[in-house]
Amino acid sequence: MTSDRQEAAPLVELREATKVYGSGPAAVHALAGVNLAIGEGEFVAIMGPSGSGKSTAMNIIGCLDTPTAGEYRFKGIAVGQLSRNQRTLLRRHFLGFVFQGFNLLARTTAVENVELPLIYRGMAPAERRRLALGALRRVGLEGREHHTSSELSGGQQQRVAIARAIVTDPAVLLADEPTGNLDTKTSREIMELVATLNRDQGITVIMVTHETDIAAYARRAIRFLDGRVESDVPRREAA
Amino acid sequence: MLFEAIKLARQTIQRNALRSFLTILGVVIGVAAVIAMVTIGNGTTAKVTADLAKLGTNLLFARPGQFGPGRASTDAKPFNMNDVDALKSQLLDVRAVAPVAQKSVKVVYRAENRTTIVTGTDNDYFVTGDWLLAAGRQFLEGEIRGGRAACIIGQTVREKLFGYADPIGQNLRVGNVSCEVIGLLETKGQSSTGLDQDDTVLLPLRAFHRRIAGNTDVGTILVSAKDGIDTAKVQVDIERLLRERRHISPGAEDDFSVRDMKQLVQTTVGTTTVLTGLLGAVAAVSLLVGGIGIMNIMLVSVTERTREIGIRLAIGALESQVLTQFLVEAVVLSLFGGLIGILLGLGLAWVTTTGLNVPFLIDPTIVLIAFGFSALVGVIFGYFPARRAAGLDPIEALRHE
Repeated sequence: MTSDRQEAAPLVELREATKVYGSGPAAVHALAGVNLAIGEGEFVAIMGPSGSGKSTAMNIIGCLDTPTAGEYRFKGIAVGQLSRNQRTLLRRHFLGFVFQGFNLLARTTAVENVELPLIYRGMAPAERRRLALGALRRVGLEGREHHTSSELSGGQQQRVAIARAIVTDPAVLLADEPTGNLDTKTSREIMELVATLNRDQGITVIMVTHETDIAAYARRAIRFLDGRVESDVPRREAA
Repeated sequence: MLFEAIKLARQTIQRNALRSFLTILGVVIGVAAVIAMVTIGNGTTAKVTADLAKLGTNLLFARPGQFGPGRASTDAKPFNMNDVDALKSQLLDVRAVAPVAQKSVKVVYRAENRTTIVTGTDNDYFVTGDWLLAAGRQFLEGEIRGGRAACIIGQTVREKLFGYADPIGQNLRVGNVSCEVIGLLETKGQSSTGLDQDDTVLLPLRAFHRRIAGNTDVGTILVSAKDGIDTAKVQVDIERLLRERRHISPGAEDDFSVRDMKQLVQTTVGTTTVLTGLLGAVAAVSLLVGGIGIMNIMLVSVTERTREIGIRLAIGALESQVLTQFLVEAVVLSLFGGLIGILLGLGLAWVTTTGLNVPFLIDPTIVLIAFGFSALVGVIFGYFPARRAAGLDPIEALRHE
């Protein structure tokens, strides 16, 4: 899968990426020619008002969607030419997702939630359990492994979601408004966890947010407006 | 992966226990009906076949009138003792020719009474009906000719009227006639039509005519052919003789009918088989309806779990893996239904066969077929909802509330 990987190619690269929903006069240009490159180890915040195209860009980067025109390369692979199943395999092997609404399976324990992506990789149960418990330890949820989602607080649920995203050692952690459903104190704790994972374990983080103080944890902020990149500036690392 | 899917299906079913049960009810009823029908049908057929063997294969009987759909049998002239005597003297290759005249009469012994079938006949009846005596003797020549009221009773009559007392030599009142019990029949049990054959009292025909019936009609003539003789040939002989005696002109239709008991039983077996098949088909339709029920609930389940499917797809579940998961869930559901249905059907069949006094025969083939069929129902009706789940767009699915 990495055979056509180009030397020194960025991890994530959008070239004149366009996404149009609908057709004719009713067509909506969610992305209108976006150029963007994100390298390994970066911590990027994607910002912008609603309807600016940031979610569409995130879906394309996450290989959940493909651009109508232009190109998206992930690890040098032209994702637009892949089949649905091939994109699923990219997600399975290289991407971890964290959502605003946590999206844990109901009536399922924390450790079972974290094991889920490993099940689809066909890993043996004992190995799966070991890795899942390790990931829960990394997000600071020791002792909560066998609680179901409804028995955990919002912050704890998001920690489980992060553990689920990093248990596969992904190349990129994609976080879509990860603190949108959390209070300020918990938000800060979650962001510190994400920043630590980026700094200490070198996980590339791409995060969509509309809150400036959350974006401040990233080292680079990309601002979208009307389907285009309005600004792309490095930030000082948060203390 | 398949093991994971089965484990997951089991969890999902457990978490929705009541709904899962209601979902599979259709399959349960369908399978139970198929199993019960076929098992009861097999038992009945076995019983009738056994009865056929007991009857011997050489019994014929003649009745006035024609039988069959749309035929009135009441206005035909009855037989009389002269017909019987003619058959007795002129038929070749027969072991016995027995007249049978019957009436339902109240019999009384001391304080006990019972309404039973009283049969007027002669000693040939023991040959044609394959009756043995448990005690006492057959009718004497004098009793038959003189019309003396002597009677032979069946085991049910003995049990109800005499209890444990010895009935031989006692006086029994049959209708208005007092008669001495001279014999006791061996038990025969139920006939294939469910009648208690032991609930009977035999009288010499002449006594029956004079004292009970008040006429000289013979309702049925039983003919037992010799072993190794073709019953069809005997049947033709009986028909020719009776046509002659009843003055039926050539070309006119018989106003009586002669039947071979073997054919009759075979017809019954045939009817049972057709009926079993028919009911089986009805049961199969209910299995189909059960399948549609499963499809309906699986579709609801897919809609309800859209978000869950979105999560699975986003974190790396292939379409085929989601398809497998939902398909396995449908199959596990319907197999579970099939299993309960098989047990229920066998239980139902056991109760019914015991009640009907027919053997309880489990046919492993039909059990396997029912099991396989319920799996098939799961695959067929689970495929469409599973296809829908697997085809969901993960972005849309994740947004679903």
